[in-house]
This record gives sequence, structure tokens and C-alpha cells, in this order.
Amino acid sequence: MIDLLVNGSRHTLDVSADANLLWVLRERLQLTGAKYGCGIAACGACTVLVEGAPVRACVTPVGAVAGRAVITVEGLGGDHPVQRAWVAEEVPQCGFCQSGQVLAAVALLEAKPRPGEREITEAFRGHLCRCGTYPRIRRAVRRAITLMAEPQRATR
Amino acid sequence: MLRVDRRNFLKASAGAGGALVLGLVLPGCSGDEAEAVPLQRDLPAGALAPNAFLRVEPDGGVLVMIPSSEMGQGVFTSLAMLVAEELGADWARVRAEHAPAHVAYANPSAKNQTTGGSNSVHGFFLPLREAGATARDMLMRAAAARLQVPVDELRAADGIVLHVPSGRTLPFGQLTADAARLPVPRQVSLKEPSELRLLGHGAPRLDTPAKVDGSAGFGQDVHLPGLLIASIERSPRFGERVRRVDAEAAMKLPGVRKVVPLEHGVAVVADGFEAAQAGRAALRIVWQPGRGSVPEEETAWARLRQALDTTVTMRSDGDVAAALSHAAKVITAEYAVPFQAHACMEPPCCTVQVHDGGCDLWVPTQVPDKVRRITAELLDLPEAKVNVHTTFLGGGFGRRLETDYVEEAVQIARVVRAPVKLLWSREDDLRHDFYRPASLHRLRGGLDDRGIPIAWRHDVASPSIMARVWPAGVRNGHDNNSVQGASSLPYAIPNVDVGYALADLGVPVGFWRSVSHSQNVFAAECFLDELAAAAGQDPYVLRRELLAAHPRLQRVLDLAASRGDWGTPLPANHGRGIAAASSFRSHVAHVAEVAVENGAVRVLRVVCALDCGFVVNPDTVVAQMEGSVAWGLTAALKGAVTLRDGGIAQSNFHDYPLLAMDEMPDVEVHLVQSGEPPGGVGEPGVPPLAPAVANAVFAATGRPVRRLPIRPEDLS
Repeated sequence: MIDLLVNGSRHTLDVSADANLLWVLRERLQLTGAKYGCGIAACGACTVLVEGAPVRACVTPVGAVAGRAVITVEGLGGDHPVQRAWVAEEVPQCGFCQSGQVLAAVALLEAKPRPGEREITEAFRGHLCRCGTYPRIRRAVRRAITLMAEPQRATR
Repeated sequence: MLRVDRRNFLKASAGAGGALVLGLVLPGCSGDEAEAVPLQRDLPAGALAPNAFLRVEPDGGVLVMIPSSEMGQGVFTSLAMLVAEELGADWARVRAEHAPAHVAYANPSAKNQTTGGSNSVHGFFLPLREAGATARDMLMRAAAARLQVPVDELRAADGIVLHVPSGRTLPFGQLTADAARLPVPRQVSLKEPSELRLLGHGAPRLDTPAKVDGSAGFGQDVHLPGLLIASIERSPRFGERVRRVDAEAAMKLPGVRKVVPLEHGVAVVADGFEAAQAGRAALRIVWQPGRGSVPEEETAWARLRQALDTTVTMRSDGDVAAALSHAAKVITAEYAVPFQAHACMEPPCCTVQVHDGGCDLWVPTQVPDKVRRITAELLDLPEAKVNVHTTFLGGGFGRRLETDYVEEAVQIARVVRAPVKLLWSREDDLRHDFYRPASLHRLRGGLDDRGIPIAWRHDVASPSIMARVWPAGVRNGHDNNSVQGASSLPYAIPNVDVGYALADLGVPVGFWRSVSHSQNVFAAECFLDELAAAAGQDPYVLRRELLAAHPRLQRVLDLAASRGDWGTPLPANHGRGIAAASSFRSHVAHVAEVAVENGAVRVLRVVCALDCGFVVNPDTVVAQMEGSVAWGLTAALKGAVTLRDGGIAQSNFHDYPLLAMDEMPDVEVHLVQSGEPPGGVGEPGVPPLAPAVANAVFAATGRPVRRLPIRPEDLS
């Protein structure tokens, strides 16, 4: 039995400790925001936050995150400043990689509220987007920096 | 007012709940095809659904059925805008859904429901506007009756009918039930350009919120009660079949439910993806070699080179041989463009449920009608019993024009008495794609004594996509599709020959964003720069002079050059390149600026000019150009698919890298408002990108680029 704390909810699951976090989230908890893109931590589509840090779920055994706070894109609630920035900049095209991109931005801005361009680039290393939304991701991060600094200000 | 005759195959009939709906009967069709259009089913009481494309609901909501597949190009929004504009809808109340597979949703420009060839807005531009205008007309007439006023005193906008003289208003929702009882108009009027409020102005994408909050349903995300997961072990070598399989060890693994042998592989059906993968690894399969074998990489190129001497004529203007014989200067160059994979972020997948009533499929596909047809054939069902639910596509790019993964899923589901989701791994995807064909190009050009090009010969050798998908279209080795972008060379050169040699290498080839334009335009546009260099001419000026007969292409060339600061000084080791091409009814020019430093190319800036005719949603068009730059740069700078041991050497993103954020240049997009009918947007930005970058490298290093991807050893 594994205790998982996902998006603030506790789940006790009958899975082995080496079961893969991505597939436990997707198949056992029906949290499908994290995507399977490569299975080798090379694309970032499976990214979730573990105690605030971005983690590639596709190479993470659930045992490694037992009892630790896991956040998936569903846990952001849809109105997170990063998500509002993503909507305002119309970032997604096909959208498949965007859960991971959004969470990479959340992790970056939680750790560094005012990142420079180089830090933005570094935070998105290993997050692939075949549609080429990179310029908009960058713009959305800049917008999110402002939104997070002034949480009361209306957007859109 | 633009008058449009109502489609003569629309036939009105009374539906449930007093709502008026249209049946759709095509001449010569009967039985399955005469079934009711999908919007007729489960129609809410009091809703107005005058055709297959929209439903206005009593609460004022508007549902638009999107006949094309949303794969990132924005059709959920742009096609819904066409309906909403003419309807006078409140955009905030508009929802979009994928239409099911049905003849009512065939793209008029393709006569099928394929999303490809950049033709969604082009094909549906008038029909969807007419669909919206039809509903608006009925709502206005219902309002006229209710208010006892002439209909021409009414206006519809923002989901409200306004009586202009009195200021009285009626929201759409209060009119739908009355409107549904009125006859469907035979003719409708479309708005004048000056009346447009959405089209050309833009609207927020309807799919963005769900793609940002994680709720968007991709094929991979489909869930059904009792769902099982399938994964297929295939030979790493093309053409091999299963001779024998020992599944005993696999069947003993926890979670493995069933092993289903297929002709070309063995499926393991399990409780989850991990168990299915473990089951695959435990299979012991003996493979039966195929008839032909795939050559090694070097041999493949040698075969393409041999084929170049055997081309058939695809275009012949003037007398190239004579012109070359008296040319002041003759230049020859050979260009090599490799196989490429689609590598959609979402690997192929398909969920199938076979049940007593027929079959349901949930699938990311560009061809829902083909999915329906092949499923009906495989299961021996009438097509009316097959329901195709198109999910969001995690990328398409031509990969999901194929139905290989659908056929596999149906074959597995037929055996397993439970809903099954087939998931391909990334390795499966890269090794079993239908690749952009590798191609070798030999170009020969002649200049007269003033440096003006007088002769051009472009020979192409490559495998043929058409030879696989439509062999009847390839006669005596003539394949128009394989010389797209070469045969349409737009430059005013009096003597032009284009030749093609079909060289089957045993590798499955398919449609890859912009298809043959991508490789042929690369070779042609690079060679034009080589001619310009030999003539001592500026490559922009030379193109400009040779494009007098192509004003739309010339205009984007000029725009890209001026906005791209063509001709202004650059630092050492920097270069600027230009390239232009017309494809898919649109015209694009790029100016790329590169830095060549430490044996690597860095693309700093791409200035793109596009004339795609009437622009529906400008921001989406800009996004597609940004995406075309990323797509083109991945092919120009990153990896290639190469042949090894009868299969593909690459297997995942570690050895088939995609462009990353730190490699993305600044992209500026400039749109030309030409007033022409809408052309394509998804593909036309790709072809000129690689040659613009290659020409920039040529400008920086003085050494022409003659193969892709650009390698460090080609830079000095």
C-alpha cells in the first residue's frame, strides 16, 4: 500500500512502490493532465510538482513520492496566474505538452519570482513542444511574473 | 449582399421537441448514408438546428459542430467563427465539438472529411458562413413575427435580435422554438466585408482554457469502465511478420490479460500501460523476414544517386539542353534531404469498444470518415453502426492521416470482449512512422553573359507516397506529388526541365507537414542562391526580378526583405538568407538571420511574410507561422531518421531531438491583406524556412549548404 498526497487529497493505493507515478496518476486516479510523451524524461509532458519542484513522473516510482505533496495541472485550479497568463497569450496549439509547460512555469516562479531570460530558458530545458509555442511560453511567463506580483489585478 | 443558394441536398424535416432539423440526402446515396445528421439525435426541446453545423439552444448557447480535426491549427475557433459571425452570436456563448464521421461534414474542397492539405478554412469558408446565416435568418423572422415588425428593421448581433427603430431586443434563446417551426430559407445573405466583427478581427481560442487546465481530452486520455490497455511488439525491421510467438512468460505477469497475435506484431492486453509493456518484453517472437529488405543508410543514398540518371520528365519549358550548351556559365549542385519522422507529442493511440449495437471509437485522427469505413469493413458492420469520436489531436502533421493504429486497435478489440485502448510507445512511433521521404536532388543552371538565368534543370529521386496510397495515380513513374514545389518553380526562366525518379527503398513514406514542398523547395531555393552567387547578384534582387508574373509571391518577398532589414550590415560570422514559396494556395517568404560560431548555427531571427488571402483569426495565423518556423528548424538543424539493420536507427527524443526553447529564434510575422479567398496556413510556412536558414549560412560562411540537417562539418 502506498499513501499518495495528490492535489491536497490523500489516496491509499494498492500498488507496488516501484509502480510508475505517471501511470498511477493517469490510470488509477484518472488525473490525465500529465501526459506520456517519451517515457525517458526527455520531453517534459509528464511533469508534476513534488513539494514544489518539477519532476518527470514518467521515470519516478510512486514509492519515491509517498506521503509527499504532489501537484498535477488539475491541482492548479484553472485560475492560477500562470494559467491566466497562458490563456491571455494563447500559448497552446495542439496543447499536449502544455500541462508540463505550465507546471514548469509554476515551479520556476515559486522558486524565483523575477527570473531573467536565461533562467526562463533553463527552467524549460527538456520541455519539448512540436508545435513551436516557445515564443508564447516566454511571453506568458513574463506576463505571469506581473500577475503573480499583483494578484489583485484583473487579467484578460 | 452576397446571395448564396442553399445547398440543394438539404431537405427539411420536423424533428423531436418541435425543433426543426435538416436531414441530409445526397443524390445517389441510400441506406447508411441517408441516415439522419448527427445533430438531429438528442436535440434539446426548443433548440434551433437548421443544418448539420450548429444548434442554437433555448438558454442562448450556441454549439458548433467542427467538421475538421483540431490538431493545434485552431479550427475549433476559426471554423466556429465562420458560423458565429453570420449568426450574430455572442462569442462567449459559443461552444465547439468535433463532428462525428458523417458525409454531412465532408470538406467541399476535398469531398471527404480529411483534415489535410491546409484546406479547412479554405473549404468551409462559405458553407459554414451559410450555415450560420441560415439560423440567423430564421431567428430574425421569428423575431419579426413576435414583434409584428418588418424583418428588415431587425439586426442580429451578440446573441440578440434588435429592433432598430424601437430599441426592443429579444435574445436568441427566446426565439429558437419559434424559429425552429419556420421553413429553412432557400437563400441566405452573407455579411459584407465592412460588416464583419469576428472574421479578420480575431476571437479567443475556444480550446485554450481546457488545454491550460488539463481537462482537454486527447486520445491518450480516454477512459471507459473496464478499459484495458494494449501495446504491440513489432519487429524493429520493416516488412517482417510474426512466424511464431511464445507468450507463456508474458501471460504469467501480473496485470496481463490476453495476448493477441497480429500479422505484423503481437499485442499484449493488460490492466495498464506498464503491465502491457512488461508483457511485451516477456514475449518470445520469431520473425519471418519480409520479401524486400531495407538498405543501410549509405546504400540508400547510392540508390537514390543512381536513380537520378533515370528520371522521367515532369515539366519541360523551352529547350534546356540547348540553353545550357550556349550558356556563359553552367552550375551544378546536388542536395540531400533525409527521412524525417512526424514525432507528434502524442504517440498514436486509439480506443475501441465493440458492442452488440456496433462499435465506438475514440481516436485522434485526421480522417474520421476513413476510420469509420475501415472499421466497418474489419468488423463487417454497416457504417451507420460505427461511431467515431474524434478527440483532440496531440499533433497531427500528416501522421494521423494514416489509420494503421486504428486497424490494430479494432483487430485487438474484436478479440477482447472489453473496451481497449491501444497506446504506442515513443519508440513504436519513431520506428513505425510513415516518414517524409528521403530525396536527392540534382540541379543544373545556366546563366547568360549578363548573369541572367536562362536554363534550369531539377531532377528529384525519392520514394513515392502516392505509390503506396494511390498507385493508380503514378503512371510510368510519373508522380506529381513527389515534385510539388519543383514543378511549380515560379521564376521566369525560359528553359526549365523537372524530372522525377521513383526509388522505392522499402521504407514506409507518408504526408509530412507541407509534403514534398519541404524538400523540393529547399533544393530549388538554395540553388537559386548558388546561381545568384555565380552571377554576382543579390539573391533577393534576383528573385524579385524573376517573380514579375507572380505578384502575390513577389509582394511577400518584398515585405520579408524590408522588414527583415535586407541589405543592412551584419557582424562577422553572421548571415542573412531569404527564400520564398507558394504552396497550399498561400504565399510565404522568410528572411533568416544566423550566427555561425564554434562550429554551430544559431538562428537569431526569422522575419516571415505571408499572404494567405482572407485572414479569419489573425493571431492563429501568426501562431501557425511561429510553429512552421519551429518545425522547419527542427528539420534544418536537428536530427534525421536514418536506416540501420533493416529498420530505423533512432528510437526516442535522445537520438531524434526536436528544437528546444533555447534554439527558437525571434519570429516576426507580417500578414498581407490581399483580399483573395482564404488559402492554407498550417503548411505554407514550412517550405521556405530551411532554405532561408541554409542561404543565411551560405552568406555567413561562403560555403553553400547542400544537405539537411546542417552539420558542423558543412560550416567551414
